[in-house]
Amino acid sequence: MASDQELQVQHKREVDKKPESTTPARRYLPVTDIFETQDALKVMLEMPGVDKDGIEVRVENDVLTIEGRVDFSKYQGLSPVYTEYNVGNYARSFQLSSKIDQERISADLQDGVITLVLPKAERAKPRKIKVG
Amino acid sequence: MFDQLASRARLARGGIQMMPSFSDPFEALFSLQRALDARLASDWMGTRTTAMGSYPPINIFQKGDDFVAVIELPGVEKSDLQIEAQENTIRVSGRKVINYGDGASMHRRERVSGVFDRTISVPIEIDPGGIQAEYRDGVLALFIPRAESQKPRTIKIK
Repeated sequence: MASDQELQVQHKREVDKKPESTTPARRYLPVTDIFETQDALKVMLEMPGVDKDGIEVRVENDVLTIEGRVDFSKYQGLSPVYTEYNVGNYARSFQLSSKIDQERISADLQDGVITLVLPKAERAKPRKIKVG
Repeated sequence: MFDQLASRARLARGGIQMMPSFSDPFEALFSLQRALDARLASDWMGTRTTAMGSYPPINIFQKGDDFVAVIELPGVEKSDLQIEAQENTIRVSGRKVINYGDGASMHRRERVSGVFDRTISVPIEIDPGGIQAEYRDGVLALFIPRAESQKPRTIKIK
């Protein structure tokens, strides 16, 4: 479904400091798509440079939080001569509706894009309601 | 963690360490971010690269005598990525495909798909045949060796 439009750089947005983190390093908001299918809500987040071990997904009080840590040890011994973007860890949270079956959330990582599948709870699937 | 400390110690002995070593890795990240900021829009490329804002964004680092270009391409499959090199010019092109599957209804759409084609000319003599590419987790790293004739020579005093 690729359109042939030319890609433009999307400048990274920094995470609003609320709550403030205890460390000074900047964190970035991953660019995100959210869509719904028959059975699930799917969340795709772009976190280039984050590997499987660097991802943390959790749900607390119906808030989905995704954090991605980049392995910046690769940058040791490199001195920048020309830069166009910065690197940092990623963090983003979304308020979930209670329709999600939080026990069955799954995640997959491909080419720096993490896909979360949030299955809808049984009681949230559409059903016919009879008028009594 | 221990690997990182070991490699940090190795780098320190080799004398090519860029960052001071912090006991806290977050401090090290902060100092990397500051180092990257300091070089934002540096004139190292002169007028040789196309205007800033071209996709994909590129960072270039020096590593000893050689160079490393690090390019973020999240969501681009390896098979959709082409890299060409000639003299001191490197071209990165390809396409980014986003597939939502059938019957999806969008809630939020921030990601962008499409084609890209970017050429950079580095202001140094490089060995185009020696360039190595590594693509992992949406990040392309190009290892660009400096041309043999350009490497600094130690001159002995007679």
